[in-house]
Amino acid sequence: MNERKFRGDWIVLPFLGIVAVVVLWAISSKTWAPNLPTPWKTWEVSQPYLMKPFEKRGELDQGILRFTWYSLILVAKGYTIALLIGTPLGFVLGMSKMFAKTFDPIIQILRPVSPLAWLPLGLVLFQKSEPAAIFTIALCSMWPTVLNTAVGVRAIPQDYLNVARVLNLSRMKTLLKILLPATLPYMFTGFRLSLGIAWLVIVAAEMLTGSPGVGGFLWQEYNSLIYEHIILCIVTIGVIGFILDRLMGLVERRLQVAKA
Amino acid sequence: MSALLESPPITARSTEPDYVRMSSLPFVKLKHVSKSYGFGQQRREVLKDLNLDIARGEFVAIVGYSGSGKTTLMSLLAGLIRPDFGTVMMDGREITGPSPERGLVFQNYSLLPWLTVFENIALAVDQLFPNWSKEKRQAHIEQYISMVNLTPARSKRPHELSGGMRQRVSVARTLAMNPEMLLLDEPLSALDALTRATLQDEIEQIWERDRKTVLLITNDVDEALLLADRVIPLSAGPGATLGPAVEVDLDRPRNRKTVQRDPHFKRLRNEVLDYLLGEGARKKPHRENVAVIAPRDEPSASRRQPFVVSN
Amino acid sequence: MNHPEKYLEIWKLQKSYPSPSGPPAMIVEDFTLNVAEGEFVSVIGHSGCGKSTVLSMIAGLNDPTGGGIVLAGREVKEAGPDRGVVFQAPCLLPWMTALQNVTLGVEQVAPNKSRAEQRAIAAHYLDLVGLGDSLDVHPNQLSGGMRQRVGIARAFALSPMMLLLDEPFGMLDSLTRMELQQVLLDLWATDRKTALMVTHDVDEALFLSDRIVMMTNGPAARIGDILEVPFARPRDRHDVFEHPEYDRLRQRLISFLEDNAQHPKVREEMTNDPHNIPPRELGDRGSFSGRRTFSVTPKSHDAA
Repeated sequence: MNERKFRGDWIVLPFLGIVAVVVLWAISSKTWAPNLPTPWKTWEVSQPYLMKPFEKRGELDQGILRFTWYSLILVAKGYTIALLIGTPLGFVLGMSKMFAKTFDPIIQILRPVSPLAWLPLGLVLFQKSEPAAIFTIALCSMWPTVLNTAVGVRAIPQDYLNVARVLNLSRMKTLLKILLPATLPYMFTGFRLSLGIAWLVIVAAEMLTGSPGVGGFLWQEYNSLIYEHIILCIVTIGVIGFILDRLMGLVERRLQVAKA
Repeated sequence: MSALLESPPITARSTEPDYVRMSSLPFVKLKHVSKSYGFGQQRREVLKDLNLDIARGEFVAIVGYSGSGKTTLMSLLAGLIRPDFGTVMMDGREITGPSPERGLVFQNYSLLPWLTVFENIALAVDQLFPNWSKEKRQAHIEQYISMVNLTPARSKRPHELSGGMRQRVSVARTLAMNPEMLLLDEPLSALDALTRATLQDEIEQIWERDRKTVLLITNDVDEALLLADRVIPLSAGPGATLGPAVEVDLDRPRNRKTVQRDPHFKRLRNEVLDYLLGEGARKKPHRENVAVIAPRDEPSASRRQPFVVSN
Repeated sequence: MNHPEKYLEIWKLQKSYPSPSGPPAMIVEDFTLNVAEGEFVSVIGHSGCGKSTVLSMIAGLNDPTGGGIVLAGREVKEAGPDRGVVFQAPCLLPWMTALQNVTLGVEQVAPNKSRAEQRAIAAHYLDLVGLGDSLDVHPNQLSGGMRQRVGIARAFALSPMMLLLDEPFGMLDSLTRMELQQVLLDLWATDRKTALMVTHDVDEALFLSDRIVMMTNGPAARIGDILEVPFARPRDRHDVFEHPEYDRLRQRLISFLEDNAQHPKVREEMTNDPHNIPPRELGDRGSFSGRRTFSVTPKSHDAA
């Protein structure tokens, strides 16, 4: 239906939504969840971490954005590996039916495995926490890229391939001028989903390995009974994930225009 | 045939000299109508200084290219949008909004898929004539279903009908609303030639029966010449404007086959085409600005077909 | 090459598809045709009669199961830029501008020229089709007619040995179709390249071609009849329509198509139709004589 619009509704309405949730949270902490810190208590306790976000007071006592930065670095490493392996794998899967038939079942089996299951295997393989975390991130976030790229390659209209054949384009030129641009929008959808998963995995990976980062901090503060910081971490993880997704969305939209 | 005899033409026909029609007040009048879409750099003039008089009972066809602003013109007449400049008048009053007085038939049939043929028409009739008795409304609906020869299919749903039949339902629904004027916006261009020809004949028969004022918009010169009293070319956009009108003084009912061999028909056809392919053609190939909301009346662009036919 | 009247030789061309049950499905049974250098030949027939299959075999996009094709003394075995193909859908690459789309082909046929020269050739042909000021526009900003102009420019810019046109205007409205027929004719008249066009539009075939090949209905389609078109060149739409022979030639084509109207899709449409006109009466009802609208391709009803 035609809802009424007013100036600035895109900023006022989301703000109202946030206020509503905060009110609900405050009521909850006052009534049925006495262990849940109230919003103002959370704000008070979180202040040093928020106001000086890059300060390093000790190994386990650092500004929230400094922790975030560690996490992002780790995500970037794992995500890059995921793209470097996932994209070519997707291409091959999309182009060769035989390859697809051979590997599709095993991919479908590995895809739903939780990061919590992969991480111990990573620790066994690499003996150290950081490579294990990267291994887990790469393995878990790869699948959307692989599958979307494969779908993109299969979805290339016969028209475009006919153009390549009629013009006798070389294999290299067909790849660069036709296959790659035609698949790009699909690939990017995969990249975007992969990044989302990578960010999900980081928290779990840091919790289990105890490496410094938002996830590690969260787990440590849980153990130190500072529940306010758990909420701080949750909010930070959410905001960062949202920003990452939006950034990818912006790039993706540019590519969709070219897709026509 | 009897219906034809009972209701003689109300107003001047094309066989009468020009001044007869000019002397009577026009039923529909467009005066210096202009319309643009977009703002600033994006602004694109769609229609520029359109002037048009339509007499009561006249069948006028406007022929133009896809994307030249035909649908914009139709929306203006339907009252769905307002002109930037100029006025659109009907029966002496300015058109300010949509009204059941003007029945609109679109290229896409806009039928509700979960309703049967009868129910689709009933929806409109019940809305417009709530004071009628149930029997009267029912009879009214059945009458229009039979007018478009759909009585055997009255209980079918749209997906069970062919494109031509769906368009008939759409026509019947519009006629059942008893509009004073019929606006046909490329009603047949999504249909194949066979169905199109059949429906052209039907539209002519229906028009002969009750001589409503009709404005038909089409990209098919032959369709226009076959049906209309007057054919007016619309130049290619941007800034589309009406070209010289061609009076179609061919006897009715017009037989498709004989009419097309008629040297006079050929002359009229060439006259319209000369303008459209010459003066009225695109001076500069225009870019369709995607950012602009200009309605794209282009049925084919999105349809992609694989090259190799595998029969 | 010594036989200018046999520039393109198509001999007993045949296409069948294996079918899981029973004998293979025969699409084209026997298509034999010689096309002279500089001749414009149209192939007309009902949709699904296999005329597009013939064209795609000549283009090298579809392997024949029998017979052969010889173009200028060399057998056609695969696709290549020596044949300029205009597809029904313009088949432009949406991520490239009009100029880039055309240049892509020029690069293939003139790899030794500089990039600037290649672009100049492409721009020249785009200019000839009336798109000189839209070189840097992407296809999604062009109307259907404009896109097909790019498609035509791309085919001509290859300077191919011949042109293959597969219902090039089939997806356009009747007015734009006429506009583009003129564009094509003007471009073609500059060097009269041998051309083979598939169409189902009687008037289009008459306006453009020197000869019209009529194909019988599939399955197992073959050449039914060949019509010589006597109109002088360069052609003008007026003169062609008002030519004393026009109506007679047109009627001959229509009669042929009407006699072949037993196409399953046509029948299906008629059984759906409460009017249910038997095919033989079509002539009287005139459905098949719609001048511009002659077409037997039942378009998808759900398209809109």
